[in-house]
Amino acid sequence: MPATKPRITDRLSLGLDAPICLTWELTYGCNLACVHCLSSSGRRDPRELTTAELFGVVDELAAMQVFYVNIGGGEPTLRPDFWELLDYCVESKVGVKFSTNGSRITPAAAARIASTDYVDVQISIDGADAATNDAVRGPGSFGVATTAMQRLADAGFADFKVSVVVTRDNVGQLDDFLALTQRYGAQLRLTRLRPSGRGADVWDELHPTADQQRELYAWLVDHPRVLTGDSFFHLSALGEALPGLNLCGAGRVVCLIDPVGDVYACPFVLHEQFRAGSVRDEGGFTSVWRSSSLFTSLREPGSAGACASCGSYDACQGGCMAAKFFTGLPLDGPDPECVHGHGEAALLRATAKPEVGPGHSRRAPVFVSLSRRAGDSVNV
Amino acid sequence: MHPQVGLREERFGALAYHYGNRRLTFLNDERLLTVVRTAADYDDVTEALVAAGVPAEQHAGYLVALGRLVDAEVLVASH
Repeated sequence: MPATKPRITDRLSLGLDAPICLTWELTYGCNLACVHCLSSSGRRDPRELTTAELFGVVDELAAMQVFYVNIGGGEPTLRPDFWELLDYCVESKVGVKFSTNGSRITPAAAARIASTDYVDVQISIDGADAATNDAVRGPGSFGVATTAMQRLADAGFADFKVSVVVTRDNVGQLDDFLALTQRYGAQLRLTRLRPSGRGADVWDELHPTADQQRELYAWLVDHPRVLTGDSFFHLSALGEALPGLNLCGAGRVVCLIDPVGDVYACPFVLHEQFRAGSVRDEGGFTSVWRSSSLFTSLREPGSAGACASCGSYDACQGGCMAAKFFTGLPLDGPDPECVHGHGEAALLRATAKPEVGPGHSRRAPVFVSLSRRAGDSVNV
Repeated sequence: MHPQVGLREERFGALAYHYGNRRLTFLNDERLLTVVRTAADYDDVTEALVAAGVPAEQHAGYLVALGRLVDAEVLVASH
């Protein structure tokens, strides 16, 4: 191919007429209370989109040719119309990958998911053993998740995803995660711990240390088939680029729709400052994506700011906007986990962190159990 | 083109998404995109390259790119 073309990432950073994919959180309701929940989920919100409004959003996504949506929450399967929505997406040729804690993956649900190419599922765990996992996700949650994995494997669903948020406590278990995932014929996906939602409360104790980040980077280089959702592009400053676009896609190629229809720049910035509009606004999601002032400004070429003199800026692009924002760092400076240590220095000078309320968190801890009674199943 | 692949036009060319293997492929060359769209109308790939206006000296490079699209299952080779 001719070599004079602009790099694809340069084109993408100017934005697209429709997102490549987007995250759609269907409910803030959750039967777990993970300590690092990005969306501070727990209780349902009475203003959640109605079934008809959900279908309307799918119609828009289909018209915009959005190939697939990442559905999450909260626990999306808690919505009574979840499976109906899944069917509507498939009929509309909008692919779905949904994230779940596994609690509603009955054998019947597993069979249903396995029956179509248009649906992919990702089960979340945060430890390769019950003790490590349950410390983050709550008592019983590891058993629930691995039961769901077994059911998907039994239903013949190959290559479903097992998603792990990498923390200081589980980063030593990467090989164990891979072995566990392979036992079920699944694919491992690792993502970055963000100081977003309740994650802000635990980030100081749980984010990987500088040494752990270097180990993680080396491991990712050795395991290119492990998925990361482009999560760790800030680590590309350590050497060769990790697989993926290595680009902050917020408002450019990705965005988030929350349970009440608000549209944010990415799944990690549920904050008024990064709210672009609502699917309930005149013109719907399409006009929010194409003409909101927030997204328009995110598509303008950014300044490297304090990172301009660093030789790694091309590799890491200054890192993650959300990680900077929620740790009180300027957006045009280093990521708090900058591999060259510029973030740690900046954190010492950081101004006040943004106000973040409890969101939809429950006030008391919750315990999850997997229902095994005959006939007690989801509406499949 | 593979029946499970969706193609979306973009200012830089097109995005191709495979609903089976869930891989996203970027097509950022207009003539390559034309070949992808029209290959099925021709008996062999050289005819499709000529019709898309690819100069003969660039055929080898385009064949490599097309081979990668077969590997990614965006295209299905037929004989």
